[in-house]
Amino acid sequence: MMDSLYLTWQYVVFHKIKTLILVACVTLIATLPLALELLLRESEQQLLARAAATPLVLGAKGSTLELVMNSLYFSTETPETLSMATMHQVMTSNLALPIPLYVRFQARGFPIVGTTFDYFDFRGLRIAAGRPLTILGECVIGATVAERLRLKPGDSLISAPENLFDLAGAYPLKMQVVGVLQKAYTADDLAVFVDLHTTWVIAGLGHGHQELAHTTDTTVLLQRSDTSVTANAKLQLYTEVTADNVDTFHFHGDAATYPLTAVSAVPHDAKSATLLRGRYLARETPHHMVRPKDVVDRLLAEIFRIKNVLDAVVLVVSGATVLAIALIFALSLRLRQKEMTTIFQLGCRRRTIARLLASEMLIIACLSGALCTGVLVVLAHVDSDLVRLWMVR
Amino acid sequence: MIRMRALTFCYPNTDLRLHIPELTVAEAQKVAIIGPSSAGKTTLLQLIAGILTPQAGSVHVGNVHVNALSDARRRGFRITTIGFIFQDFALLDYLNVLDNILHPYRITGALRLRHDIRTRAAKLATEMGIGDKLQRRPEALSQGEKQRVAICRALLPYPKLILADEATGNLDPANKTRILELLCRTVEAHHATLVAVTHDYELFGYFDRVIDFRHFGSSVIS
Repeated sequence: MMDSLYLTWQYVVFHKIKTLILVACVTLIATLPLALELLLRESEQQLLARAAATPLVLGAKGSTLELVMNSLYFSTETPETLSMATMHQVMTSNLALPIPLYVRFQARGFPIVGTTFDYFDFRGLRIAAGRPLTILGECVIGATVAERLRLKPGDSLISAPENLFDLAGAYPLKMQVVGVLQKAYTADDLAVFVDLHTTWVIAGLGHGHQELAHTTDTTVLLQRSDTSVTANAKLQLYTEVTADNVDTFHFHGDAATYPLTAVSAVPHDAKSATLLRGRYLARETPHHMVRPKDVVDRLLAEIFRIKNVLDAVVLVVSGATVLAIALIFALSLRLRQKEMTTIFQLGCRRRTIARLLASEMLIIACLSGALCTGVLVVLAHVDSDLVRLWMVR
Repeated sequence: MIRMRALTFCYPNTDLRLHIPELTVAEAQKVAIIGPSSAGKTTLLQLIAGILTPQAGSVHVGNVHVNALSDARRRGFRITTIGFIFQDFALLDYLNVLDNILHPYRITGALRLRHDIRTRAAKLATEMGIGDKLQRRPEALSQGEKQRVAICRALLPYPKLILADEATGNLDPANKTRILELLCRTVEAHHATLVAVTHDYELFGYFDRVIDFRHFGSSVIS
């Protein structure tokens, strides 16, 4: 057997290209469904773990999937907003701790999550470097954000304008990075956390500008009365919150109407959860209270249904590839016909000839197996990162 | 060494009919077989080697009745007793010279590849003037060198009988003579019997005896 393997090894080494193509084909056939399975299992685990850790999410009626994906995994699709008044209703109900979330903006490709301190306690997030948020315009970044953008406390991060050509839209705000979170291996690693008020500043609901009450610059003023001052476009709006200008920042309108994308509700107990859910069951209410786990379960059921289709496709492709490999082997056998005739004439037994051909398949199977194992081992190490990068976000 | 009696062979669906009433080749004899194309010269070699089985008659090599052996035993007998040299050398392009010479040892359990066999292969290659090319692949060899490798491969298992099927057919005249001289010298040194099919009348001088297949399907003429 060793001699057959030796001869075959020499053969496969000599015909490198053919061997590499065969190994690549077999590896692909073996790896594809296994890798898919691995990634799906990991995504299932990640999605379920975070969903299970989030008891209830309140949002404006619309897509429950969009609401859950935005509030749990900070996806870019923004659900319909609800007001701060709705959050106060949850608070006054004494049935749950409401954690407001406003996830609409981005900074260098990472979502800006406007929330309160309760969020950090609820998710068990700890500061690895720097300090927590204290004033407007500050941000605490997830570990992966710090890693990828090479940011540390003391650096700054600018929010992305929603639309470059929309003058009435959100303006970029230069935020001070004051803290970096410990790695949590969740979507929190990929987020930029700010105080809720900071997101409202980005949204244009609040701003800071040069003092107008006592200004004598007539080129800025359009109209002055006893109760109000109207300025023109020359008025300087601050794009960064500093110690010097923080006092000039103020908000317009009724705070109760300020928008949120969701309220994560942490019920005190199961009974409170049931009662709270009951309040949002009525058809006429503009909000709905969803259990993220139910939504994620439905999503996973959908994904696994899609996976069945993918499996079928992989099966068909595998079948075609196996046929192609069989054809390659058959052609290879024809090319080796002269060699086989020679060794037959020399006195080689049929069994040995069969062994020579079988060992070629064995070597290709072993090489493919090793390659497939290598790919899967590497994938098993990075699958959680890949899932977070491709599927969760 | 070789004894054929009342031998009849024909391929299905062809006109070739080989009939050999009697043919004997003595031990250590060097015999040339000549004749027109398609006369059955290669078929004769294959009958001697047991690659083909006659419809009637018998083939003896030494004391062995070749066509009475089972297929498996005939193959074992062939690889240990007969050395084959082909016109197109039949070297394996993916093996180097040394591995090509050792090839018969790697394809049968009847021959054991020991360390002394490797040494002997290298020595044989040196005798044939290709000792410095053991690690080269056939593609890097000249035609003459390739045939020397083929001769080394045929001689390595100490065969009692060498069958050469137009072994010099692909060589230029200078190489032809040199290779045949080498082959004859080595065959003599190993006390082996040589049966060679050839078209070259000028090479007859190297042989002890010439068998002429002058007519299609004719009997053997000494």
